[in-house]
Amino acid sequence: MAKITLSTLRHSYYPNPKSDSEYALKEVDLDWTDGGAYALLGPSGCGKSTLLNIISGLLVPSEGKILFDGKDVTHLPPDQRNIAQVFQFPVIYDTMTVYDNLAFPLRNRGRDEDTVRERVMAIAEMLEVTDMLNTRAAGLSPDNKQKISMGRGLVREDVNVVMFDEPLTVIDPHLKWKLRSKLKELHQRVKATMIYVTHDQTEALTFADQVVVMQLGEVVQIGTPVELFERPAHTFVGHFIGSPGMNILPCTLQNSVAMFGDQPVALEGPIHGSANGTTEIGVRPEFVSLSTAGLPATVTKVSDVGRHIVVECNAQGTKINAVIEGTPPAKGDAVHLQFRQDQTRLYVDGWLATTAQEAAA
Amino acid sequence: MKTENQKAWFFVLPVLILVAFNALIPMMTVVNYSVQETFGDNVFFWQGLDWFQQILRSDRFHAALGRQFMFTFLILIIEIPLGIAIALSMPRKGFWVPVCLVLMALPMLIPWNVVGAMWNIFTLPDIGLLGYFLNHVLGINYDMTQDPVAAWVTIVTMDVWHWTSLVVLLAYAGLVSIPDAYYQAAKIDGASNWSVFRFIQLPKMKTVLTIAILLRFMDSFNIYTEPFVLTGGGPGNSTTLLSIDLVKIALGQFDLGPAAAMSLIYFAITLLVSWLFYTVMTKDDQT
Repeated sequence: MAKITLSTLRHSYYPNPKSDSEYALKEVDLDWTDGGAYALLGPSGCGKSTLLNIISGLLVPSEGKILFDGKDVTHLPPDQRNIAQVFQFPVIYDTMTVYDNLAFPLRNRGRDEDTVRERVMAIAEMLEVTDMLNTRAAGLSPDNKQKISMGRGLVREDVNVVMFDEPLTVIDPHLKWKLRSKLKELHQRVKATMIYVTHDQTEALTFADQVVVMQLGEVVQIGTPVELFERPAHTFVGHFIGSPGMNILPCTLQNSVAMFGDQPVALEGPIHGSANGTTEIGVRPEFVSLSTAGLPATVTKVSDVGRHIVVECNAQGTKINAVIEGTPPAKGDAVHLQFRQDQTRLYVDGWLATTAQEAAA
Repeated sequence: MKTENQKAWFFVLPVLILVAFNALIPMMTVVNYSVQETFGDNVFFWQGLDWFQQILRSDRFHAALGRQFMFTFLILIIEIPLGIAIALSMPRKGFWVPVCLVLMALPMLIPWNVVGAMWNIFTLPDIGLLGYFLNHVLGINYDMTQDPVAAWVTIVTMDVWHWTSLVVLLAYAGLVSIPDAYYQAAKIDGASNWSVFRFIQLPKMKTVLTIAILLRFMDSFNIYTEPFVLTGGGPGNSTTLLSIDLVKIALGQFDLGPAAAMSLIYFAITLLVSWLFYTVMTKDDQT
């Protein structure tokens, strides 16, 4: 087990990258604490798999260093890093039995058969696959295959980190939640650092203590699920997390007051920084309410999603969602929208630019 | 339970008719010859299973069958491992992939009798490139028209040159279908190169290799044109393989009855070996 430090990592798949856009990873500085459950969340192509392969040693970064407990492992091959990785498609050795599959990483490292047996039995029991140990792995269902490939990662003592690269992609929906809670349980039992790569926010938010959100090769925010939801540091995070995502309203600034069209919008607190650039107001649909006064808008769509109702409105050409409970307005109704002040923020060039006023709350 | 739809047979009918005309009906004429004696003029005498007994007891047939198994065994033992080795060393992506594939496919595009003629000229002791080099540069006494060993080395080398590509292409197709994740997982599991081959590459190539071995078995077991053009079965009878012997009996001696009986035995052996091999190879897939 180890603390993993990524120091000014950059990676490009081109031999001589010229511009920033040729970098799959622009610049990443990160610390993963020992024993943490992390999720790496971002859309396809954001560089999360690249980052994972760099940590596992399948890729050597173009620039920067990876440290395990302060020791530089940047150029060490995967088998010397003592890490484990579970891939999107379950990798199992078809010709071996389940037992031999689980024993494979240990036997390759020259452990004696008694140790192998003890570890394999313990892991099999943890994964609830003891009754399959003597069957051939080729015939298993996808979720059991994925369990076995997880098991191969966990079977070694003291793995520094276990990484999951979208491991539930090929699993049937009704088994997904089962495997996910199994993962969570495993994390608590083996206490290894786990990094879970996904583009599915539900998977990330349920698995992780800390979520790292990536976009276009950059880390945009690291935080707990609650932090990501309540104070997105970037409009991308606001939009990517939450369903529906955060409302983003173009605005102008007049004497430090945000103006949406001709309507002033009260922000959570003072604006920091110079605020030169594209300014936008961000407010989550959960904090937009319908009222008799406020921003005038027209209802364009009402969808009942079960627990609550999503009302889609149009205000001065901009789409604004509101999540409400109770009786919804009809389509075409003229309404007024209220934003909860302490949840209304200003973003400059995509980045959060207001400071919360704790005293006011 | 769903009732089975038997209408599908109707769609197989055209193929059945085709097979009947190009295989079953000609074969029945062979069956016809194999149990009768004829002296021409469409006069036939019933012979029963005499021809079969005669062939099965003949030393000549045993010798030819032995040579045939030896030839097939030799080319399989060389072509399969060599084909796998070449496929493993071919690049998986990039500029050289099509170049390699075309180079590999070239020998297979050459007609059989041309291959025989090429190797015949190539190995002529005094003017052939290889023959001259062996005899006059390296000083090895090499003449396949005189020396049975030289003749065997030549036909086996020729077949390896002609058909290893088939094994390469099939094995390569099996290899490129293995997702990268398998190799990455093996690296993380600390697997050696041998383990990667043994537990990942070989199992993934199993299906295509089964096909490759079957095709090479059937083709080499029935080989005629190349050794006929190259050595004509000589020197002596040393390279007279089954099909060459069969043609000698049928068209050289015009013994149609024994030749027909031999064809059927020949066919039965090919079928039996192929079936046994295929059954054994695909046995564990069903469980």
